[in-house]
Amino acid sequence: MGNTTNSNYITVMERYKTMNKFNFFEARSIEEAFLIYIKLKKNKKDPVYIAGGTDLIINIKKKKITPKCLISINNIKNYKCIKFNKKSKELTIGSFVTHRELENSNLVRENYKILHDAIKCIGSTQIRNVATIGGNIVNAAPSADSVIPLIALDSFICLEKGKEKRTLKLSDFFVSPNKTVLKQGEILTKIIIPKTVFFSSGSYRKIGYRNSMELPIVSVGVFLSLDSKMSICKKARICLGVAAPTPIRILKAEKFLEGGKITEERLTESGIISAEESKVRDSYRGKAWFRKRLISTYVKRAGLLAIQRIKNMHNKIKKEKLI
Amino acid sequence: MSIKIKFTLNGNKVQTIIEKNWTLLYLIRKEMKLTGTKEGCGYGECGACTVLVNNKAINSCIFLAIRADGEKITTIEGIGFEKNKIDSVQKSFIDNGGIQCGFCSPGMIISAKALLSEKSKPNRKDIKNAISGNICRCTGYEQIIKSIQKVIKKK
Repeated sequence: MGNTTNSNYITVMERYKTMNKFNFFEARSIEEAFLIYIKLKKNKKDPVYIAGGTDLIINIKKKKITPKCLISINNIKNYKCIKFNKKSKELTIGSFVTHRELENSNLVRENYKILHDAIKCIGSTQIRNVATIGGNIVNAAPSADSVIPLIALDSFICLEKGKEKRTLKLSDFFVSPNKTVLKQGEILTKIIIPKTVFFSSGSYRKIGYRNSMELPIVSVGVFLSLDSKMSICKKARICLGVAAPTPIRILKAEKFLEGGKITEERLTESGIISAEESKVRDSYRGKAWFRKRLISTYVKRAGLLAIQRIKNMHNKIKKEKLI
Repeated sequence: MSIKIKFTLNGNKVQTIIEKNWTLLYLIRKEMKLTGTKEGCGYGECGACTVLVNNKAINSCIFLAIRADGEKITTIEGIGFEKNKIDSVQKSFIDNGGIQCGFCSPGMIISAKALLSEKSKPNRKDIKNAISGNICRCTGYEQIIKSIQKVIKKK
């Protein structure tokens, strides 16, 4: 009898960790992916798109979803690159670019420090090698690391469905946890970061118990644009993760900073406003009061780091000119 | 729903028939009988199942086997394969106490290899970052970091 219990245990374990049977299709273009989707949908095969799959496969293994068909969109080449348009100064990130590619890109590291801050603390090296930025956005977790800096940078996203295209602001994309305005069969293809002005920079900070493979207690992204004397704040973006059902911007604190002198006291004040305006809740990761305190402290710190980065960038350019 | 795939496993060209819902880990352990790669959590958290796909470290437990088609895969058995003796990283792990129970070691060594192929002289922070996806419950990580640092010094 001992044997049977043992084998029962193994089958339970195996069943728990293996996946239900599904069919797998590889799409080579967005149009093809949509055609396959429509066809399978008609046959009631409930298809699901898969890009990197680091979240999707875990969900299939945990039996949270049981798709009959997967459509792989990971190998669509047009959307696997990072492009910088020198004329319009826009950065276009293809949706199937992996986090690791972004992390190793000099362009992102030098010019979009706030994004680089966030990308490098996602998952682990193994996850970043596979997981795509589009997947991180579409998943719409309130804690999604790459979303907060992208919202702070006023990014736009392109959604495609066959030949239909639409562009919308990333901040309008999220509805509630894991829910977006994405229609059936639609694919997120591009992320566009508009031109950033010269005296601007930002920083992102994720506060958690460990450094990798961790969902944050809260995460804070601050992006500031200053005037040429570096004393007055022209534009401010304060973005918080896990502070509400979706990633949010704190408009009141942004308005408070905009147009005024940039000092430590004013940043402290904006931190307090952010904490008041946030809709944090109690969870096992942290109580609401603790999260509020973290927000008020880290908004200030992220702001100070952003200013420091603007100054560093300015000094570097000054030195280069002297040489 | 089976399908035939071709890939390079540890330098050898392999053809095999797989089911579409297999993970790469299942393919390596159950079909290829290479049991050096371990299954820990099964959800990509612990890194015991780390293998190299085109010289990039990935978690094979959440990577579909079908995606290995046409790729170059290296497991722990393929490290130091050419000279038919153990690799310098493996030797360093043995000498510096980087291996205790040994369950995390294949993953750790693969992660270390991926790091060393990218950067020839990584600092402590780089090393910590590279093995941040691998969990070890014996060594407290200090010996593992030391093992990797020793390899760099020997170079």
